[in-house]
Amino acid sequence: MATNAAKQTAASPVTAGTREATGGTSVSLRNLNRTFGTSKALNGMSLEIAPGELVALLGPSGCGKTTALRIVAGFETADTGEVLIDGKDVSGVPAASRDMGMVFQSYSLFPNMSALDNVGFGLRMRKVGTAARRKRAGELLEMVGLSAQAGQYPHQLSGGQQQRVALARALAIEPRVLLLDEPLSALDAKVRLQLREQIRTLQQRLGTTTLFVTHDQEEALSMADRVGVMSKGKLEQVAAPDELYSRPATAFVAEFVGTMNRLPGDLNSGGTEVTVLGTILPVQPGGPASGAVDALVRPENLTVTTAEGGNGIVTSRTFLGAITRVAVLLSGDAEVAVDVASTTAAAMTPGTAVQVAIPPAPVLVAARAS
Amino acid sequence: MAAIATEHAPVPVAAPRRQRRSFPVWRWVVLLIAGVYFLLPLYAALRFAGLSAFGTVFKQPGFGAALWLSARLAAMTWVITLVLMVPTTVYVHLRLPGLRRVMEVITILPIVIPPVVLIIGVLQVSPGSLKSTPWLLGLVYVILSMPFAYRSIDAGLRALDLKTLTEASNSLGAGWLTTLWRVILPNIRTALLSATVLIIALVLGEFTMASLDLYVTFPVWIVQFDQLNAQMSEAASLLALFVTWLLLMAITTIATRQNRRKGGGEVTLFSAATTTQTIGES
Repeated sequence: MATNAAKQTAASPVTAGTREATGGTSVSLRNLNRTFGTSKALNGMSLEIAPGELVALLGPSGCGKTTALRIVAGFETADTGEVLIDGKDVSGVPAASRDMGMVFQSYSLFPNMSALDNVGFGLRMRKVGTAARRKRAGELLEMVGLSAQAGQYPHQLSGGQQQRVALARALAIEPRVLLLDEPLSALDAKVRLQLREQIRTLQQRLGTTTLFVTHDQEEALSMADRVGVMSKGKLEQVAAPDELYSRPATAFVAEFVGTMNRLPGDLNSGGTEVTVLGTILPVQPGGPASGAVDALVRPENLTVTTAEGGNGIVTSRTFLGAITRVAVLLSGDAEVAVDVASTTAAAMTPGTAVQVAIPPAPVLVAARAS
Repeated sequence: MAAIATEHAPVPVAAPRRQRRSFPVWRWVVLLIAGVYFLLPLYAALRFAGLSAFGTVFKQPGFGAALWLSARLAAMTWVITLVLMVPTTVYVHLRLPGLRRVMEVITILPIVIPPVVLIIGVLQVSPGSLKSTPWLLGLVYVILSMPFAYRSIDAGLRALDLKTLTEASNSLGAGWLTTLWRVILPNIRTALLSATVLIIALVLGEFTMASLDLYVTFPVWIVQFDQLNAQMSEAASLLALFVTWLLLMAITTIATRQNRRKGGGEVTLFSAATTTQTIGES
């Protein structure tokens, strides 16, 4: 990932005045624990972020992802564990001295300052002279495409513009680490999509090590070099987006990312093979070794054909463009979703008898949902 | 069907028009009643004092000294109150939000306790070295201003996303003092202006404590002088009222202009409401 980022930086000329990515900063979270009252926000979380890498923390609300980010920023302290920036423990360093650029979920621009002064604020704190400060702030506004809005106040800017100014403000201090705390969640869908791409492009160009917290899997998968899926204060899996999707390590990851079917299966005595829909499949490690299990299979990994006297009946169809998601009620009361080419799905009206089959690839199993 | 439709069509158009026309009439009636209620006593006072009194009121014995003492007390109270209340309220908002209810109750106490009780209590416990200086009265006024100052500042802070703003400021390298000075204070300027007007109005109007403590502040002077020359004293109090009004208007104008430029407006409404109320009381 680091090489990837470095290559990107070398390939595209950096806007005047912005720092060349020279290796970047590494971040290391080691065995972080944090308890709020009776709930454990972080339960032994560890994460290594390579220089220049963008890692997204993804998880449901309350999984501890924001707490982890705030500990890195210096707004929270861990009960135990440490945060290393370039190998140095920063536990005792106050937030103001950590050199981290942060973009917040809620609009955080200073209402009393123009866009330009907002971007220049961090430089002012670093005693950069007025002329140099205004010049650099202007360059950063240009970088996020808001030169024309330099003199406007936050209330005159749209939500998307405000977040872009906030991004420019965070980047103006040439932060060692960029921290993004759900910066897009307050924006509408179209703006979110544009800004997502803009953030990623800028991050790659500047090679700034970035930690990005989100509950939106699409955002995480499309922007990050690696995605860490969190649940109950722990990282379930940290992997590249494609790997996370195709080879989830745990049932939680499998079901949190993308759509997942649960198919009742019979585990053999050794826990190595599972019989699903009459097919014997090898079992991936990570699930229970015995007992009643469900096999986890994605809609695109199942096949369905019209068959009189087949093992299921079509209950509904959802047209998604090139493919159609067909819901099938299997004998035995399990309902599954199967992705079918829309041309094929045309014949599968609700009520059609079909045969659902599963190709013999390794599957992940989970304890049966009651 | 067609007939019904055409019959009904004008109704929704006519109804709002009639309503819109009837509104201003009531507005004027209410305004007139309120205006008479407020202005009649002022007019009576003006008639009684006579215009010539305004020219000579400044030359009356004790006028200058009393006004100067009140001005010093106002300045003293203003500085101490804001220096105490702004950081405290910010701290409560940021770190101890659960304490906001408690703060509200504590800060309302000076209004609940009668001034006579308060000043007698203060005189009992205050050190002798304070007793003959304006500082004693100033410190008591700080306590009296607390409810107004707290409410203004609290309202100003509530209109901000204080936590995010301070964290943003912190992450950009600003310490606590810098954040307070450059980020928080400028954004609660209207609230501070409102607190200022309230404090000044309070100090310039307070009579009970000053008189019981034997200070000749401006209101005390007006009452004392009333015995010698009622017309002159009436002129002085009218003058005080006009000065306070001018002050209020100036501050509201500044605040409105600032808000038009930088957004917001909630605070102006609040401050206008509360200031008018207090000045009415004094």
